[in-house]
Amino acid sequence: MSCEDTRGLLHAYVDGELDLVRSLEIEKHIEGCKDCTRAVENQRALGTALRSGSLYYRMPRELKPRVDAALRRASRPDVLSRRIPWSMLAVAAGLLLAGAFLGRFVPGRSGSQAGELVAQEVLDSHLRSLIPGHLADVQSTDRHTVKPWFNGKLDFSPPVNDFAEQGFPLTGGRLDSVDGHSVAVLVYQRRLHVVNLYIWPTAGSTDSGVSENARQGYNMLHWTRDGMNWWLASDVNVAELRSLAGLLRANPTNAPSTP
Amino acid sequence: MQEHDKLVHFEIFVVPHMAAAYNLARWLTRNEHDAEDVVQEAYLRAYRFFDSYRGGDCRTWLLTVVRNTCYTWLQQNRRATTPLDDEMPELDSTQSNPEALLLRSVDAEMLRQALEELPVEFREAIVLREFEGLSYKEISAITCVPLGTTMSRLARARGRLQKILSGRMEKGGAA
Repeated sequence: MSCEDTRGLLHAYVDGELDLVRSLEIEKHIEGCKDCTRAVENQRALGTALRSGSLYYRMPRELKPRVDAALRRASRPDVLSRRIPWSMLAVAAGLLLAGAFLGRFVPGRSGSQAGELVAQEVLDSHLRSLIPGHLADVQSTDRHTVKPWFNGKLDFSPPVNDFAEQGFPLTGGRLDSVDGHSVAVLVYQRRLHVVNLYIWPTAGSTDSGVSENARQGYNMLHWTRDGMNWWLASDVNVAELRSLAGLLRANPTNAPSTP
Repeated sequence: MQEHDKLVHFEIFVVPHMAAAYNLARWLTRNEHDAEDVVQEAYLRAYRFFDSYRGGDCRTWLLTVVRNTCYTWLQQNRRATTPLDDEMPELDSTQSNPEALLLRSVDAEMLRQALEELPVEFREAIVLREFEGLSYKEISAITCVPLGTTMSRLARARGRLQKILSGRMEKGGAA
């Protein structure tokens, strides 16, 4: 193989894109050719410099919540018209009434379509968090590690409490996006089950009672308090979730502080 | 596919490649804010066309959408340079080759500037090959050119990079 023939294929050779026969031919030529050897060394050196990692642009932290919110907006019109047909709404209203009658439901936002959508978003986020590696951005059972982690990532400071003694140890936290907001998610454990707690500021200042919502085999509890939206999502039974909600609502350090 | 299932699938398969999408958009637009806008627009496009995605490597599929969105953006902002002439022979870069040792000492900032100076077709070939580790075949699929063109673009891109760098380093050495 001549020098000229080799030159045309050197890049593909270094990139490992040639078949075995061609590669061997080029290797044979390079062994006896100083110029081609140097060209290969140059190409390898350039590749190493390029791949050193410092030229890879890291994406800004705000990008993912921003794109997530845009995707949700894009997927929403269909969701509204299809997921909640009127007949189903009537059934749901009937169930809600029955629930209220039995004292098991406290009417809250869950009756409204907006509430439905938020509930679905919270549930989707909960399901995503169960994919390996998606549960927590900061993993710690120490609330003094988890709380500062949120500093600067959100425009509010979520209250962080550990309830290990009551059987709900804190295992970590992460950022997520719900209803177009960046939200704090605290991850608790109940035996082998994951409980996600979502917290973000609400527009209104009224406190609400706890509303309960079961969908796709998961239980969800929601309330507003101290200017914050609170959502719990998990597959643990609703009685146990209620006890965690009780702990969260009773905790005196509950009042969220704004930084 | 139900809208909700579609979104969940999309989030599982496509959203994890956002870092690669951003890096490509950032290199092609050469501006961080534009890159963010392009990524968002590309994700919305990808979501609309997600029904037509038929398996295969999801990153390659997404990067194709990102790349096309970048080009639309470049045209709208009149930043498109004259189309590249793939037939034009490149000067033999080996003549002006700096020593390999010298290349190893090149600092990242100099390399970044040199790469930014390349025509966008060369830049994207380098980004996809060196940063994403894609094969010639995958790069050809993303950039819609034959395999041979990808091969020659990469060779020419590297030749130009070496030339720019050796020029800079000679200047630096003389100063």
